[in-house]
Amino acid sequence: MGEIYLDNSSTTMVCREAADKVMELMTNNYGNPSSLHTKGFYAEQELSAARQEIATLLGVQQEEIYFTSGGTESNNLAIFGAAHAMRRRGNHIVTTMIEHPSVINVMNQLEKEGFTVTYLKPDGSGNIQPEQVFRAVTPHTILVSMMCVNNEVGTLLPLEAVPAAIAAAKSPALFHVDAVQAFGKMPVKPGRLKVDLMSMSAHKIHGPKGVGALYLRKGVHLVPRTYGGGQEKNIRPGTESAPLIAGFGAAVRALPEPGAQLQEMARLSAYCRQRLTEIGGVTLNSPDGALPYIVNFSAGGVKAETMLHYLSAKEIYVSSGSACSKGKASHVLTAMGLPRERIASSLRLSFSRYNTFEDVDRLIDAINEGLSSLTKKP
Amino acid sequence: MDEIILIKLGEMVLKGLNRNVFEAALIRNIKRRLNYLGGFDVKTAQSTVYVTPHEGADLDEAVERVSKIFGIAAFSRACVIKKEMPAILEASAEYLKMELLAAKTFKVETKRADKIFPLKSPEISAQVGEYLLEKYPHLCVDVHNPDITVRVEVRDFGAYVHGQALRGAGGIPVGTGGNAAILISGGIDSPVAAWTMAKRGLELTAIHFASPPYTSERAEQKVHNLLSRVSEYSGRMTLFTVPFAKVQEEIMAKCPEDLFTLIMRRFMMRISEQIALRENCSALITGESLGQVASQTLRAIVCTDQAAQMPVLRPLIGMDKLEIIEISRRINTFDISIEPFEDCCTVFTPKHPRTQPKLEELLEAEKALDCEALIEDCVNNVRLTKIYPNQ
Repeated sequence: MGEIYLDNSSTTMVCREAADKVMELMTNNYGNPSSLHTKGFYAEQELSAARQEIATLLGVQQEEIYFTSGGTESNNLAIFGAAHAMRRRGNHIVTTMIEHPSVINVMNQLEKEGFTVTYLKPDGSGNIQPEQVFRAVTPHTILVSMMCVNNEVGTLLPLEAVPAAIAAAKSPALFHVDAVQAFGKMPVKPGRLKVDLMSMSAHKIHGPKGVGALYLRKGVHLVPRTYGGGQEKNIRPGTESAPLIAGFGAAVRALPEPGAQLQEMARLSAYCRQRLTEIGGVTLNSPDGALPYIVNFSAGGVKAETMLHYLSAKEIYVSSGSACSKGKASHVLTAMGLPRERIASSLRLSFSRYNTFEDVDRLIDAINEGLSSLTKKP
Repeated sequence: MDEIILIKLGEMVLKGLNRNVFEAALIRNIKRRLNYLGGFDVKTAQSTVYVTPHEGADLDEAVERVSKIFGIAAFSRACVIKKEMPAILEASAEYLKMELLAAKTFKVETKRADKIFPLKSPEISAQVGEYLLEKYPHLCVDVHNPDITVRVEVRDFGAYVHGQALRGAGGIPVGTGGNAAILISGGIDSPVAAWTMAKRGLELTAIHFASPPYTSERAEQKVHNLLSRVSEYSGRMTLFTVPFAKVQEEIMAKCPEDLFTLIMRRFMMRISEQIALRENCSALITGESLGQVASQTLRAIVCTDQAAQMPVLRPLIGMDKLEIIEISRRINTFDISIEPFEDCCTVFTPKHPRTQPKLEELLEAEKALDCEALIEDCVNNVRLTKIYPNQ
C-alpha cells in the first residue's frame, strides 16, 4: 500500500508535464528571456506561452498576467500596491476575517500605516453574506480584498456582491481576489466578476513551488514593491524564473477540463463527507456548498495533531488547519465561532485529481482505528 | 438558472433578397468561434439568434467571443425560464440580484412576441415591478431614468430575463465581402486597417515584409501576435512573410537615398499584388493615413499607387493618429504595437525623405534595378504561417 496524500491545498505533487518542462528550461532552453539573441528569444517564447495558458483559462489578455514568486508575493504586491496607488482617494479597506495570513498580515501592516480596515465576520458555517459587503463599502473605500475560496474550510465567498457594492457606494475602490485555492479548480473569470487584481499560485495545481501570478486589469495602476531592470513591465522586475514559469504554464495546460473535473471532485467529496459523518463523534466544519476540494472536520475529542501524526505513521497525509500556521489555533474556525474543543480537533482534507475513492476508504478505516486506540483528552 | 445569449442582427436586416446569405455567414462565423468551448446550439428565429450552451460549456468565454463577431448589433446574456408568471417573477428577482441590491431605482420593460401569452406586456411589467418592490424594499420605480432596467421577453421558445443589452461589434459578417490582402508592418495602423475592413465583411490574407538580420525574430513574433488579436474579429487567416533584406540592400546601393522609402514601398505593392493574385484576393489593404509620414503625402501615395494595378483600400486615410490609437486600444493591439522592435520600414530610413516626389524620377531611379528578378525572388521565397485567435 502506497501513501495517500490528502493535503493538496497545502501543496501538490508536481505533474510529469510540469517537471519535464522545468528540466528542459534548466538544462537546455536556459537563455535569459531578455537577451536579444535566439536563445533569449526562445526562453521569452516559453514565458509568453505560459502567460497565454493562464490568460486563456481566465478569459483575459496575456499582457494582464504578471509572474511572481507565488501566492504570498502576489497578495502582497496587489494589496500594498493598490493601497499605495489609491492612497489619495481614501483610506478605507474592506476584507474578511478568514483571509490567508498573506492578506491578513498585510492588512495589519497597512493599519499601522494609517489605513482603516474593516474585517467581515463569517457566520457559524463560514459564510459571508452579500448584505455584509454592501454595508461595509463606503465612498472612502479604496480596496476590497476577498478570497474566492477559503483555504481551511472551502467556503465560497460572495465575490459577485463586491463590484455591486462598490458601484452602489459610488466608491473608487479596486477589487482584489485571492484565488490561490480556486484557480484551476473552478471557473474564475475576472472579466465576469469585475475583478481588478487576482492572485494565483502554481504549486496548488501540480506546478512547481516558487512561482505564481498576478492578474492586473489593463488600466489599473499599481505601485511596485521592487525596482529593477524592467521585467514584467516594471511591476515585478528581476530576471524571470523561466523554468518555474514555464513549469507553471505546463501545469495549467495539463489541467483537466474544469467543469468535468469539478463534478468528479464533487462525487469524491460527497462520498468522503458521507463516510465521515457515519463515524461517531465526527462533525463536519465545511459548510454545504463549499468547494468540494476541501473537507474540514473535527474528530471527536482527539487533538488534531495527535490524529495527524497517527495518520502520518500510516502514510496518510492530512493537515490540521492551514499548513502555514503550524500549531496555532485556526483563525478561520475561531472567527466562525466554533467551540474550542472542536477547533482543537479539526483536520483538513484536500483532494487533487490523483485521489480515488479507495483513498477515502483507507482514510476512514484509519480514523476509526485511531479514534478507538488514541486516548481522548477528558 | 439556465442561461442563453440572445443576439440581435446588425445592418444586414436592411438587406433584401440576399439577406439569408448574410444570416448564414453569421451563423457559420458564430459556430466557428464558439467551437471547443463545450458545445452550443445556434439557431435563428424572429430576427434573433439564440445561442444555447450545452451543460458545462463556457458561457463567459462565449459572451466575450460573441462581442467580437461582426454582423451583430447588440446581444444580451439572459436567463431562460418557462413561460409562466411565477417563474418569471422569481427569475427577475434572483437573476439580477446583485444589480438590484446595488440600484436605488428601477423599471421593468416587457416585450411579448408570443401573442398567445395570456398577459399583455404592461401587465407583465406591472406584476414583475410589484414583486421586485416587495423583495427589495429599498428600491423605487423610476420609468424615466432608472439605475437598472429589468427586461422581460416572452418569445416562442420560452421567457427570458436580462438587464442591459450589450453593444455588438457592428459591421457585416466576415466572408460576405470577398477577399483582400493586408500589408502588415507591426505598427499601430495596419492592424486597425485590417480590423476596419474585416468589419465590412472582407476575409483577410496578411503580408509582412521581414528583413533579417536587420530585423529580429521578435519583430516577426510581434506581427503574429498582432494578427492573432485581429483574428479574434476576422477569423483565422494566412500570413505570408516576404524576405525583403535583399531588395532593400539593392535599393540602398543603387538609388538616390531620399527616394529610398518610396521605391521600397513600390516594391512592396508589386510583390503584394503578385501574392494577392495568387491567393484570389481582389484588393490590397494598407494602414496609410494622409500626411502622417513622408511616404504618406498625397504625392507619395500617388507614386506608390501607380506600382500596382489592384485596387488599394486605405480605410484610415482620413483618420487622425489619436482616432487610430483609440481603435487599437479597443481591439487590444496597441500594447503589442508599441513593443520596440525594428521593422523593415524603420531600418535604412533616409535622413531627409522626399515628401513631394515625382513619378518620373522614381521610374528613372528604378531603371538601375533588376525589378523583375528581385520581385520574383521575393515571391518565390515567401513563408506561410497560419494565424489563429489566441484563446
